[in-house]
Amino acid sequence: MRAVTKRRTWLYFIPYGLWLALFVIAPVALIIYQSFFDLGHHFTLGNYSTYFQSATYLKMTLNSVWYAFLITLFTGLISYPTAYFLHQLKHRQFWLLLVILPTWINILLKAYAFIGIFSQAGLANQFLTFIGIGPQQILFTNASFIFVATYIQIPFMILPIYNSIDDLNPAFVNASRDLGASNWQTFRRVIFPLTLPGVKAGVQAVFIPSLSLFMLTRLIGGNKVITLGTAIEEHFLTTMNWGMGSTIGVILIVAMIIVMTLTGDKKPKGGAPR
Amino acid sequence: MKRLLSLIVGLLAVCGLLAYTSQSLEKSSGSTGSKVLNLYNWGDYIDPTLLTKFQKETGYHVNVETFDSNEAMYTKINQGGTHYDLAVPSDYMVSKMKRAHLLQPLDKSRLTGWGNFDQQFLNQSFDRGNRYSMPYFWGTLGIVYNDKMVKASDVQHWDDLWSPKFRDKIMLIDSARDIMGMSLVTLHKSMNATDPQTLLAAEKRLNTLAPNVKAVVADEIKMYMIQDEAPLAVDWSGEASEMLAGNRHLHYVVPSEGSNLWFDNLVIPKTAQHYNAIYAFLNFMSEPKNAAQNANYIGYATPNKKAKALLPKAVRHDREFYPDQKTIDHLQVYRDLSPSIVELYNDRYLEFKMHH
Repeated sequence: MRAVTKRRTWLYFIPYGLWLALFVIAPVALIIYQSFFDLGHHFTLGNYSTYFQSATYLKMTLNSVWYAFLITLFTGLISYPTAYFLHQLKHRQFWLLLVILPTWINILLKAYAFIGIFSQAGLANQFLTFIGIGPQQILFTNASFIFVATYIQIPFMILPIYNSIDDLNPAFVNASRDLGASNWQTFRRVIFPLTLPGVKAGVQAVFIPSLSLFMLTRLIGGNKVITLGTAIEEHFLTTMNWGMGSTIGVILIVAMIIVMTLTGDKKPKGGAPR
Repeated sequence: MKRLLSLIVGLLAVCGLLAYTSQSLEKSSGSTGSKVLNLYNWGDYIDPTLLTKFQKETGYHVNVETFDSNEAMYTKINQGGTHYDLAVPSDYMVSKMKRAHLLQPLDKSRLTGWGNFDQQFLNQSFDRGNRYSMPYFWGTLGIVYNDKMVKASDVQHWDDLWSPKFRDKIMLIDSARDIMGMSLVTLHKSMNATDPQTLLAAEKRLNTLAPNVKAVVADEIKMYMIQDEAPLAVDWSGEASEMLAGNRHLHYVVPSEGSNLWFDNLVIPKTAQHYNAIYAFLNFMSEPKNAAQNANYIGYATPNKKAKALLPKAVRHDREFYPDQKTIDHLQVYRDLSPSIVELYNDRYLEFKMHH
């Protein structure tokens, strides 16, 4: 009887296992494998030494991390109050749906929409002219790039935070108030620490993709913001140096692991208050 | 559960219907069968009425598949599994494909229209003697300006772009070879320079242009220029002709001191199968009347001398797209550089882009 169940469970694992092997392990393995070859298909560690010895790549990495940090920061600053506010509303599922709605639209379309809004004759400049400031150069600035990237990432930050606020037992908040804590103290000592896992999940969901944004850097940033994503695109499409492109890919994967470890739960799970 | 089931059944039914319709449509247009030609071309790069005419004259149906970069086309042909009879690579890509043994030589005895081509556009460095390639269109790299914001006399040469007048006014096409090439011309060097010191100098020169650069973008340049977003752009003549059609204040200049001369060419890749159709098509496209019609539709410059003679006078004498002989003499064709040099160009160019 037990053996049968065991075999069954094993059968259920097949689709997941296949998916994991084909679409997660194999591509990552291929990227790592490719990163050890130079243009002439000889085995080499040269790609890595080039990366760490080149001021260009190191500066680009710094750029990417800095912009990803800013995007994550702004996303977080907007998302946390938003999620908190949404949670207080009556028809919260409906309002949440409205937040998620933009993610159904392709990112390129959204980028083109912003080009229309930010251009010289666009809505934003019409407004600035209307209030008497006059048209400004909005497109191709760092600020517009961060603005659009933040806009795109916001739903991915709101959702996990919203869920963690939803999971928060109101009894803790009430207890804190009963024991004489002010609103601020309740937030700082009770609500925020208990919803921190949601913030961490949001940071993971926003920071990593922001590291390798590349279409936005060109369309909105006018290539005045250069990130590692731009370099990968160039290596795969223009120079066809797949080895170097893969090397940068591996470095992004390592960066991802570092962020995951830093934001991951250190304590073993189990005693989650509910 | 019942609703889910009916949803799934409904979706399957719609898919089935769509598949059936598309297949019956394809059958009626005759794309399956042996009288076909598989053309692998850039998007919107042939007059569709010519394809109908070709089918009427010869009976061959042309299937067109499109690509958006030379590299993407190369990868697809190199990986196999495709059956393209003709492809349209640019100059440097012809030599790259030739070296990778992806091309088949042209059988000149089966070509009837070879005499129609202008001698100066044949026998180029990327394919000496045109053993593998037949020129399709040619063009240049130049400056597009908007006469509402810039005087024509202010932008006749590359050096003019460095003028402090044009602060934050120029859009550059995002292409390492072209922008580095432009910089090399202003330093009086070859656009095919391979010396690292020269390339470094070219990057330094570009860095001094940075305050004037508004953005480094790709296809979007067309849209921006048509909408008066910027007064100046550096782009290819083919893109420029589309911009000019969209905004009558735009003009195109090829600096006479030198620029790039590029070619798109018809080649037979290793994957070809329908040789009769291929040669019928190559001959059809080199007939002056058809080549002229195509040039009229696309707006690029044709290397077909007899076809050019058939074009409207205004087009033929258009200095923007058919520059005078003195300018043509200074144009340079890109040579296919070794991967490590291409890498060097890209690294220097990336440095420039990060200089802002």
